[in-house]
Amino acid sequence: MRRTGAVLLVGLAVVAAGIVVASLRVNPYLYFAGYVILQYVVIATAWNILGGYGGYVNFGTPAFFALGAYTAVFLIQTIRAPLPVLILAGGLVSALLGLGIGYLTLRLRGVFFSIATLALSIVLQTMIMNWEFVGGSRGLSVLRPSGPPFGSYVTFLFTVMVLLAVIAVTVARFIERSWIGRGLAALRDNEEAAECMGVPTLRLKLFATTVSGLLLGVAGAPFPYYVTFVEPNSAFAIDYAVNALAMPMIGGTTSWMGPVIGAVLLGTAQQLATVTISSEMNLFIVGVVLVAFVVLAPEGILGLVRRLRGR
Amino acid sequence: MASTQLEVDGLTKRFGGFTALNRVTLHVKAGERFGLIGPNGSGKTTLINCVSGSLPADGGRILFEGREITGLPAHRRTRLGIVRSFQIPKPFVSMTVLENLDIPLEYAAHRRSDEADADAMEILSAIGLESKAHLRPAGLTQIEMRKLELARAMAARPKLLISDEAMAGLSSAEVDDILAILFRLNERGITIIMIEHIMRAVMRFSERIVVLDAGERIAEGTPEEIVRNPAVEKAYLGE
Repeated sequence: MRRTGAVLLVGLAVVAAGIVVASLRVNPYLYFAGYVILQYVVIATAWNILGGYGGYVNFGTPAFFALGAYTAVFLIQTIRAPLPVLILAGGLVSALLGLGIGYLTLRLRGVFFSIATLALSIVLQTMIMNWEFVGGSRGLSVLRPSGPPFGSYVTFLFTVMVLLAVIAVTVARFIERSWIGRGLAALRDNEEAAECMGVPTLRLKLFATTVSGLLLGVAGAPFPYYVTFVEPNSAFAIDYAVNALAMPMIGGTTSWMGPVIGAVLLGTAQQLATVTISSEMNLFIVGVVLVAFVVLAPEGILGLVRRLRGR
Repeated sequence: MASTQLEVDGLTKRFGGFTALNRVTLHVKAGERFGLIGPNGSGKTTLINCVSGSLPADGGRILFEGREITGLPAHRRTRLGIVRSFQIPKPFVSMTVLENLDIPLEYAAHRRSDEADADAMEILSAIGLESKAHLRPAGLTQIEMRKLELARAMAARPKLLISDEAMAGLSSAEVDDILAILFRLNERGITIIMIEHIMRAVMRFSERIVVLDAGERIAEGTPEEIVRNPAVEKAYLGE
């Protein structure tokens, strides 16, 4: 119990630090970049709940992220809903999609599940491209609400993303250390044996896909206000699929810390590369780093640290 | 006379056009040592998969302690007390030996996670694996792997333990080792169904044996009766 209290304190401290950082008058670009990195903390953490803990590799991250974003666009277009409502609704709709792909795991395992999630992303993108109300393939400009609660709208969004990242990481940490996390680890190692040892594998998989989907949708919901122009190619960008997988792999998939480390390192490297070299370098960097890690440190940075300490 | 614990009634399982089990019926009494034998491909493992819930049956009924369990998912059957070990050991590779036991203790035997370790250690010392408790399964020998498989099954607190070829590939001394463990479990009141190709082991262990051939039940009896049964001889050796 005391540890849970400590975790909540740390979380609050991080949020408070975020607000302090948001009130500093530094170069606004830093908030833009910071937002993206934090968004990847949420995405990588969400992906890892299913992929890292449960062993089901989801290539369809863009579908969940974009569904969160387009749910927000829809609600902005219809009722100009406030940001908290957008985030809740985006999360909820993506959670439903997550529940849906959870049932896929009844028949599809391993690489076949991954292919199905990839297909899901493409199908959803095609549907959005043909839905004029949310901008179709041309995209849609979104007006930010006037007068954020504090600072500029970008610093406000930055703070919101700090909060979301803290929530996502807390949820992941809780799952990891609970009976749910232990059951997911068992089914990742061997699903048949887990089921025969009393683990309700289907229920745990549905839980993981739903929570993972929810957090991915939550990450996507503020996206329209962040970019102010939403179009399918950026909302469904392959970057999300690749990063969501690469960041936990680089950090280490068995602990909540892994995706955070991976997202901060890789996210920062990408932001630096975008400014100093070119925006096309992003995925190139990810590719090189990922190959290096898969070959040299398959258990990520955390695994590397553990191995060095063990000696 | 002990009561019937497991009742398999006209169980049928098909894979496409191939009938793996054809109306198989068998009754296992509580506390019994029951042997299930048959040539390769006769349907032994399929039968076990249907009883443990890993495969859905296409026909027939399965009752456990008088309760119909035919449609229950495997984890529910485990919680009722039907626990199996696997022919090819399927340990949880990312966990230590001790943590491997914590899973069934927590999920099937409903032990709190902070009590599970002590229980797990007790089971490991009963089976002779306590020195390996903090190793990963990858560091175990073949016999230790089989013992882990049995220890993990025990952690689920079975009433009926189904041991699927726990001794294949072991040396003669190791077979005796596993047999002794199974005898001890049986003395504690656990019903045991043993599937085995090592005749010396099944014949010594079982009180009653059922023989499957090509998905059909061809014989039932005490080990002595089975050895003398011409149909069994034919199934194994041909005419």
